[in-house]
Amino acid sequence: MWPARPLMAAYILRRLVGAALVMLAVATLVFFMIRLVPGDPIAAMLADSGSPEAREAMISRLGLDQPVIVQFWKWFTSMLQGDLGASIYGNNQPVTKILAEALPRTMSLAFISFVIALLIAVPAGILSATRKNTATDTVVSLFAFLGLSMPDFWLAILLIIVFAANLQWLPAIGYVPLSEGFWPWLSHLILPSIAIGTGFSAIIARMIRSSMLEVMQADYMRTAASKGLTMRVQMLRHAFPNALIPVVTVIGIAFALLISGAVVVENVFAIKGLGRVLIQGIQNRDYPVVQGAVLVVSAFFVLANLAVDLLYAVIDPRIRYS
Amino acid sequence: MMSYLPVQDLVQPEVAQKKSRMRSVFGRDRKAQVGLFILGFFVLIAVFAPLIAPFDPNEMSLNMMENPSGTHWLGTDDLGRDLLSRVIWGTQISLFVGVSTVTLALVAGVTLGVLAGYYGGWIDTIIMRYIDLQWAFPNFIIAVYLVAVFGTGLLNVIVAISLAFLDDFARIARSMVLTLKEEQYVDAARVQGFSDARIMFRHILPNALAPLIVQATVSVSYAILGEASLSFLGLGVNPNTPTWGLILADGRSFISQAWWLGVYPGLAIMLVVLAINFVGDGLRDALDVRETG
Repeated sequence: MWPARPLMAAYILRRLVGAALVMLAVATLVFFMIRLVPGDPIAAMLADSGSPEAREAMISRLGLDQPVIVQFWKWFTSMLQGDLGASIYGNNQPVTKILAEALPRTMSLAFISFVIALLIAVPAGILSATRKNTATDTVVSLFAFLGLSMPDFWLAILLIIVFAANLQWLPAIGYVPLSEGFWPWLSHLILPSIAIGTGFSAIIARMIRSSMLEVMQADYMRTAASKGLTMRVQMLRHAFPNALIPVVTVIGIAFALLISGAVVVENVFAIKGLGRVLIQGIQNRDYPVVQGAVLVVSAFFVLANLAVDLLYAVIDPRIRYS
Repeated sequence: MMSYLPVQDLVQPEVAQKKSRMRSVFGRDRKAQVGLFILGFFVLIAVFAPLIAPFDPNEMSLNMMENPSGTHWLGTDDLGRDLLSRVIWGTQISLFVGVSTVTLALVAGVTLGVLAGYYGGWIDTIIMRYIDLQWAFPNFIIAVYLVAVFGTGLLNVIVAISLAFLDDFARIARSMVLTLKEEQYVDAARVQGFSDARIMFRHILPNALAPLIVQATVSVSYAILGEASLSFLGLGVNPNTPTWGLILADGRSFISQAWWLGVYPGLAIMLVVLAINFVGDGLRDALDVRETG
């Protein structure tokens, strides 16, 4: 029976408030952690060029001469208005602008990685479940183990050696926005997405396999078989959609892998997405940028988990009652 | 001491049963055996690195980017350093980081989880709110951020990665304790007047070990990957220390002329991580722990 609407609304509201509280706590933690930097962050940020005047100017520009609580309040209220401060490097671009430029790149990368992962995982998972304990199953399981064990940045390097440097089929580095054409955009994303998506696909394939095996024992599967449905229809129409339910939960966990993967792989392919912005920010000791990038990455993660929870509640009505 | 025996009797059979089951599954599980073999091989390499490595890993020479040959089995890098020797020394760092990180995370995480689960109330609330908060970040991002805040270097990398993994152990330990503290043998121990600490760590914890062992094994592989990724990004150990991630990062610019710089260090990482995953999977079957994803 489909539960009453208010129950769903209450569930969504509860989860939304929960996610907002987590983000609030994350923001607070990120703010105070940066202030734990050992030594003198201003000296670190100014490097060798730090004259006393420049130092004073930076201290007052960053508001570091005020009490920490005042600093936090200012930072926090500006953050809510979409102002994350300015980069202390180069031409002092607003952090929001830097992140807004980076976000579509990481989103594109995450999206294509996700598609590639599913393209590998779904057939692999179904195949190994329907052919349990055969050579096919063993080969799929071995590939899944390899996928899980291969560092994504190493796979990225191997792909560059083979497909960019030797065969010259695809570009080795860089990013082209979608507005400049579909193929130029996609061609720059294929190799990095394979590097990120492979590990991701291994997790999903294993999950689909075990979930399919469980579902195949269900009574309705015996009914489907006794109705004389072909194996193909039994698997694709009856088993697979039901097997997907538990898989949805791990997608949230696997999403963490995808973001972490993007941080490293963007640096291999010189794609200036969130990951590269974060790492360059760290290398340049550009703390406002680091703070902003960490916030956006965790917001990304919290939202993905929220979406997974809500999706799960839609698929499996029992969740809403708990 | 006599009064302790009945409690022991209630605990012992399950542990003994698990041990024998582990032996029998490891006896049959080909994958786990292969994993143990590869892992043993790398442990030997790590222990005997100073004896096995044919060259000093940081010794530069004029034989730059030389192809793999009889003298340099895996070739040389852009500074003429012997790649095989660097990969051998890298084994030491990787395994050390993997094991020490997980030991730290295990001790800290389990202590937090056991305290939260056993005492409940405000202790549980405070600990679990923190763990939930940490749950909001991907582990690797936590490690990157901590290194960014506290700086690079071996010790910082170990602390950063272990803090990032702590929540996994805390969650598992807590949920195990919540189930186990209702068991009869815990009541029996309480009636006998044993201290909370003794009940937590001598009576409850030994029975909660199975999922923790599996998690610890898998975490070693994540820690090795994490260290390699941090080093690759220039956020790892000292740049003069040959670690697998750093060797790959150094060689990255030259891979079109010297493919071996991009292949062998990564192969070493993959083999070790694969071996650990094989062993972890065998342990999961042997100890009958359900996969949580």
